[in-house]
Amino acid sequence: MDLVERLFAGDKRACARLISHVENNVNGVNEDLKKIYKETGKAYVIGITGPPGSGKSTLTDKLVKLLRKEGKKIGIIAVDPTSPFTGGAILGDRVRMGDLNTDNGVFIRSMGARGHLGGLSDATSAAVTVLDAYGCEYIFLETVGVGQSEVEVMKRADTTLMVMVPGLGDDIQAIKAGVMEIGNVFAVNKSDRDGAKRTKREIDMMLDFSKKDWRPSVTLVSALKDENVDILLEKIFEHRNYLLESNLYHLERKANVKNEILALVRKEIMERVINNDEKHQLLDELSHKVALRIENPYTASEIIIEELKK
Amino acid sequence: MRPIRVLVAKPGLDGHDRGAKVIARALRDAGMEVIYTGLRQTVDQIVNAAIEEDVDCIAVSILSGAHNTLLPKIAERLKEENAEDILFVGGGVIPDDDIPFLKENGISAIFTPGTPTTVTIDYIKANVRK
Amino acid sequence: MFREDVLASLKESKKNFDEKTEKLLEKRPERKAVFHSGSGKEVKRVYTPLDLDGIDYEKEIGLPGEYPYTRGAYGSMHRGRFWTMRMYAGFATAEESNKRYKYLVEQGSSGLSVAFDLPTQIGYDSDHELANGEVGKVGVAIDSLADMEVLFDGIPLDKVSTSMTINAPAGVLLAMYIAVAEKQGVSADKLRGTIQNDILKEYIARGTYIYPTEPSMRLITDIFEYCSQNVPKWNTISISGYHIREAGSTASQEVGFTLADGIAYVEAALKAGLDIDTFAPRLSFFFNAHNDLLEEVAKYRAARRLWATIMKERFGAKKANSMIMKFHTQTGGSTLTAQQPENNIVRVAIQTLAAVMGGTQSLHTNSKDEALALPSETSVRTALRTQQIVAHESGVTNTADPLAGSYYIEAKTNEIEKEAMEYIKKIDELGGAPSAIDNGYIQQEIMDAAYSYQKDVENGDIVIVGMNKFKVEEEPPTGLLRVDPAVEVKQRKQIENLKDRRNSEDVENTLSKLEEACKSDENVMPYILDAVKAYATLGEISDVMREVFGEYQQSVKL
Repeated sequence: MDLVERLFAGDKRACARLISHVENNVNGVNEDLKKIYKETGKAYVIGITGPPGSGKSTLTDKLVKLLRKEGKKIGIIAVDPTSPFTGGAILGDRVRMGDLNTDNGVFIRSMGARGHLGGLSDATSAAVTVLDAYGCEYIFLETVGVGQSEVEVMKRADTTLMVMVPGLGDDIQAIKAGVMEIGNVFAVNKSDRDGAKRTKREIDMMLDFSKKDWRPSVTLVSALKDENVDILLEKIFEHRNYLLESNLYHLERKANVKNEILALVRKEIMERVINNDEKHQLLDELSHKVALRIENPYTASEIIIEELKK
Repeated sequence: MRPIRVLVAKPGLDGHDRGAKVIARALRDAGMEVIYTGLRQTVDQIVNAAIEEDVDCIAVSILSGAHNTLLPKIAERLKEENAEDILFVGGGVIPDDDIPFLKENGISAIFTPGTPTTVTIDYIKANVRK
Repeated sequence: MFREDVLASLKESKKNFDEKTEKLLEKRPERKAVFHSGSGKEVKRVYTPLDLDGIDYEKEIGLPGEYPYTRGAYGSMHRGRFWTMRMYAGFATAEESNKRYKYLVEQGSSGLSVAFDLPTQIGYDSDHELANGEVGKVGVAIDSLADMEVLFDGIPLDKVSTSMTINAPAGVLLAMYIAVAEKQGVSADKLRGTIQNDILKEYIARGTYIYPTEPSMRLITDIFEYCSQNVPKWNTISISGYHIREAGSTASQEVGFTLADGIAYVEAALKAGLDIDTFAPRLSFFFNAHNDLLEEVAKYRAARRLWATIMKERFGAKKANSMIMKFHTQTGGSTLTAQQPENNIVRVAIQTLAAVMGGTQSLHTNSKDEALALPSETSVRTALRTQQIVAHESGVTNTADPLAGSYYIEAKTNEIEKEAMEYIKKIDELGGAPSAIDNGYIQQEIMDAAYSYQKDVENGDIVIVGMNKFKVEEEPPTGLLRVDPAVEVKQRKQIENLKDRRNSEDVENTLSKLEEACKSDENVMPYILDAVKAYATLGEISDVMREVFGEYQQSVKL
């Protein structure tokens, strides 16, 4: 059996290996993805993001346990930062998901945010597709941090949960630009800490300014003590129902797929330049000239595009 | 080039994780992706994590003296899962006379106290599946 | 402490000395550009009164047995009596450990120290799935009162003081000890000893936790309260820096993090309504002894002074006994090498000197083979002899705090105290030790120190004799102590027999009452004691509490 057949048969190793192929952009992986794509689209993708230390993994653990009570098959992709200097990473999210580890209905995969050629969002998106084909009904996509790359990754999610904690102070102000918008549901974790209610109020105030049709809810939870996690899950479902009823589900997916296709086109073009000796050399020469101000980058890119057409 | 992926785990009940954490950092600084699973990992947890994470190597640290019981069990479970291509190494307070037994039972290498992290790193680099 | 004019003229001569020495160095440089202590702190070429500028002798150094206790807990220190030579031991079954205790007492050991195996420390019976391979390995397996009766058979509990390294299930093991004593006809108020009972450092460094922080702190204050009324001579906690240091911390971190834990326990007890001068005298501490002799001596002095100040000024303690830090010391296990193990005897001797000159109240010395396996009987004897040689032959016990007044020692004491205080301040800002552990701050600080130490060893900046320098080809060691795997089988069998033998109705009744107590805010100790006496097993009792309290989730930041 080839990898795809094994994947459809529910072979865990095949699923893991295909994700590796996606991550490493192994030759021929697109052929496999083509084969599985029509079988996907069944999973509901929940993005979880928020600043470091906000307890995302513990919260994911608790949400997953609730869904497991209903017998749902779950996939989790947890992304951690990669050192820009060594390319190494320590991926520690499994520590907080100890019990889920041996549950056969849960597949957990840790990913380094390493320099994927098509960007991190490309790799996570394809990994979601693999888990979808593997039969996961809910897929959690967890990223650490609140930067632009998280925004990109979260585009693949149907519902994005933004996790905050009390005591971030000015950080809320700092991250609101461009990032707060991606949250469809908000949680203030560690609700037993001082200032939890204030944090909720601040987020509420900020959300009140938004003119969007969907007004995200803000729920106080304690993942560690397993308090209000069930309510939070309901809020996530409310958003899902809203998407389904308003036809936004299709529109948002379409918009995201459009982005995905564009990303693939971009990646393909880059690969054609980088993986072709002749063109790579041309790129090198042009870069040399641009650096010396003999040529400019705009003309240089036109030259390369012309070359690709041949 | 793709990074080598290593699962660093502590099997059994012993809570001394200084060695596991030092090696996790050293492997990261050598450019590897380290999946760290924390304390009190059962055989099933370790093998399952190794498979889901599609790691190239499992590195366990054990100081409680339970190595002769637990390490061969991990190797055995890997075999059952057709995953014995994953390099399996161990470290910790393990007497020299136990090492032949462990090697016969599926553990590729044992690193005892005082082994420089570079030795472990080089071993992993040289022996993971290509 | 020094006259202005003396300092001024010293400043001048020190300047000349520095210039002169720097010049000489051009021709004959020193061995290193910068010298570091065992904890990686820079050490100067020479220390003078200038380094102690502004110190107030009476207020900051003082006399032994007097506030702030820099120079020792008691006036006559080791002239009165030596420290308790307490050898940590325990392995395999209760019978075998009992033999080892009797041997140690015969050899002049003055206190017992019980090591439990990991399943016992984590509240699992020997027949639990997770106990597989671990039974009797790092200590003795205790599943029920029946095992405890065998462990102390023939040892009069009113005569010995017993230290038990037990944390999450400390209340259960203490209850078993009380029950055994009762059977010997010894009432609880005569019992002397210590339970470690320090859960915070388990979360930080040692890993044998069971329950989450809140219920764990409650169990600890329940024990404080119960003992103050029923077992008044018992040290109810041993707040431990030992394992923090073993995990790779510096000396200042050892003091800072341990005292921050201590502050958390005091605050929890105060919150539970206990009176500070009732429970504080029963608090004790446990530190490490590493190889940098002078830094270690300064560490103990700094810890003593800082704790006294905290108790007096922060908590308003009134009794001297509440302010005095009493501590046990163990030589540093992580300093021992598997290579040329006989060298470890020398390391342990240096560490023993540090602990003794630092004014320890009791001491465990490691055996030379501990980097390889459990210690054999002869190597344990040598370790005990090391203490006896320092006590009887070295002369350092003739006077209290013999290194006081050394400019280096006093400057170093100040430095460690200051750094430890900064850690405490930082932890206060994070909401106290439990929060600082929960968010991984303390663990990460320790790990940073451990990793930088490891790198220095590997690049040769730190020399470890026999390991990264002066190496030899060695034959693998022989004669190591091994625990027979049959111990596990035997222990399982015994649980089976016990369960047949005991009155199961009593067990169920006492356990369900314990469950109710756990859910209420009643003190759980009397209920644990009842369950223990009904021969409920450690695992059964712990499971009841697991059910009510839940389990701790580790926090890892790397």
